[in-house]
Amino acid sequence: MNRLLIKNGTVVRPQGCEPLDILAEDGVIVKIGKKLDAEGAEILDAAGLHVFPGLVDMHCHLREPGFEGKEEIRTGTAAAAKGGFTSVCCMPNTAPVNDNSSVTSFIKMRAEDAGFAKVYPIGAVSKGLMGKELAEMDQMRRFGAVAFSDDGCPVSSGVLMKNAMQYAAGMGMVVISHCEDLDLVDDGAMNEGLTASILGLRGNPTVAENSMIAREILLAEYLGVPVHIAHVSNGAGIQLIREAKARGVKVTCETCPHYFSLNDEACMGYNTLAKVNPPLRSEADRLAVIEGLRDGTIDAIATDHAPHGADAKNCEFDRAANGLIGFETAFALAVTHLVKPGQLTLERLCELMSANPARILSLPAGRLEAGAACDLTLADLEERWVFTEAEIESKSKNTPFLGAELTGRVRHTVAGGRILVRDAKVQKKEEA
Amino acid sequence: MVSLHGKDLLGIRELTKEEIAGILDHAEEMRKIVVSGDKAQNQTLRGKSVQILFYENSTRTRTSFELAAKYLGASSANIAAAASSVAKGETLIDTGRNIAAMGTDAIVMRHPSSGAPWLLAKNVPCPVLNAGDGLNEHPTQALLDMLTIRRCKGGFEGLKVAIVGDILHSRVARSDLWALQKLGAKVTFCGLRTLLPRDIEQVGNLEVTQDVREALEGADVVIALRIQLERQAAGLFPSFGEYARVSGLNPKNIRLAKKDVIVMHPGPVNRGVELSSALMDSGVSQITGQVTNGASVRMAVLDLLINHREGR
Repeated sequence: MNRLLIKNGTVVRPQGCEPLDILAEDGVIVKIGKKLDAEGAEILDAAGLHVFPGLVDMHCHLREPGFEGKEEIRTGTAAAAKGGFTSVCCMPNTAPVNDNSSVTSFIKMRAEDAGFAKVYPIGAVSKGLMGKELAEMDQMRRFGAVAFSDDGCPVSSGVLMKNAMQYAAGMGMVVISHCEDLDLVDDGAMNEGLTASILGLRGNPTVAENSMIAREILLAEYLGVPVHIAHVSNGAGIQLIREAKARGVKVTCETCPHYFSLNDEACMGYNTLAKVNPPLRSEADRLAVIEGLRDGTIDAIATDHAPHGADAKNCEFDRAANGLIGFETAFALAVTHLVKPGQLTLERLCELMSANPARILSLPAGRLEAGAACDLTLADLEERWVFTEAEIESKSKNTPFLGAELTGRVRHTVAGGRILVRDAKVQKKEEA
Repeated sequence: MVSLHGKDLLGIRELTKEEIAGILDHAEEMRKIVVSGDKAQNQTLRGKSVQILFYENSTRTRTSFELAAKYLGASSANIAAAASSVAKGETLIDTGRNIAAMGTDAIVMRHPSSGAPWLLAKNVPCPVLNAGDGLNEHPTQALLDMLTIRRCKGGFEGLKVAIVGDILHSRVARSDLWALQKLGAKVTFCGLRTLLPRDIEQVGNLEVTQDVREALEGADVVIALRIQLERQAAGLFPSFGEYARVSGLNPKNIRLAKKDVIVMHPGPVNRGVELSSALMDSGVSQITGQVTNGASVRMAVLDLLINHREGR
């Protein structure tokens, strides 16, 4: 029997923080209590560290199959583990698209081979992400899909989205909507507003995002089914969700660390590393995102980890790819911008980065209790460090946070009782 | 003679007031050559090579740069890159490096992407001159506009300058704004609501209106902008006829401006749309003078960047 004892740490759960030890046997938590001892157990000393239930990222891109030059499931899940994530959900825009069970099971198989963070694939809503016909959702569900989304190819057809939400709800699943009316985006390359007007870049207005948020809310309300809004970026969109929740609509939503850490001025100098979709918004929107996290309107923090090769960013701004890598900075950005300034408690952070995303997608994760899988993230909340390219575990290096001074660092990541990251270093799998 | 602080001329926003004034002073000297019978009297760029790389169509600006280089004795080559080759062909960085590797002393570039000259400048050792990038800047147009205004008005302090038309899509409007703000003029942007950049009034020290009469009231200088046909197709306004009625300048509404008003336009003009023919052919128009000044400022910046750069 493999036994792991985590001693001297402070356990963080939605109900509170407490100095507790954790004993796991064969990858399952068997006991949580004060001053535990266990004969023959491997001891992981967590003195000075906070122990979270393993972080859950409900929105990322692992690029495999099809774009292995940007990321592989192996490198992506290693990067996730380094960032403290024990479970990640990958979007279906691979090649071939994850719109059928053979791709779904390929992803699951590759993730199990890699042995880092657990992977829960998100299947496509429509065949080929074309927005025309529904993909075989139930078949994908049987092989491990946990939700459905066309993500960056937003479903423009109202009737297809209505059918998708209804059909998915019928099997207890949720549709995740990347909200963007492409007509209103009108080739906008960054957030519409003063910075875009100064830089002479075409603006992508918040109404392009929000009009579709409004549609999804109204569909969910009309049908009485749940919907999840991906990466909400702006105050007016958050207000729509706040009001919908208040009248009982089953809408949930996520935001990403870049929306509470940066505003659209990060694009000054035509900085393509700050190009992302939805775009970084105004400072008022950044503050509104923080308020949404505070008051519970926003349910989850997801990374939208989106690896791209150097050439995709080293080009003209309007031709540059959207997206940034996020696994390895998400937790530290949350501590730096939300916890340290007193905007969020650790309990709330635990909900946003673990318990809530697991609950929304019904994942076997996000709970730190006896009987649950031993997925843990151990972090030093006081450590100050500078994020440098040299330590990036992801295959791609596209991030606007290089050189950023951050507070809070994941020291160890444990998944299924196995130590994936020790002292901030990924433990490569031993050769068999 | 003024020395420019950067390797390149990317935008007016990066220049200081002193640099702009210095360029204009140097352009005055160059203008003497342009209007003289002997264009070869001051060949300070003899033996130098200037490459003109245009990813967008242009006749006026390209020819103006080409002649400016020739008048100063440089050899120049035109590289016309079809916009479609950008998508599938060589990257801008590679194209730039190849041109630089031919022993080029300066690259003049026009590109449809805002910010593209910054990308090129970072990747080549020679000076890059922005001849227009997307909706962002057209610095030599602003410099020739400033030379035209200074020649007509003697200075900039307190002048009211109205810039009228499609502000949203105009790199000329942006470059003129930055220049005029630095030089002490008061700028009014005037355009239909659909043709004004969002939140632009927040830059400060700028009036924004969609009422042409308000913009023209008491103006010393009026700069009309070209309206592109494709903006109508994009649904930003219904027809050229309606555009002319709402935003067009004509001998009647120009009476709201000062008596000695001058009217400018970066060209080419849609006669009868943004400017009526009668106004264009009247004494207030400085449009042909702008073209002469264009060659002069381009000579000045080529000479300054190739021969008189700081630290060279």
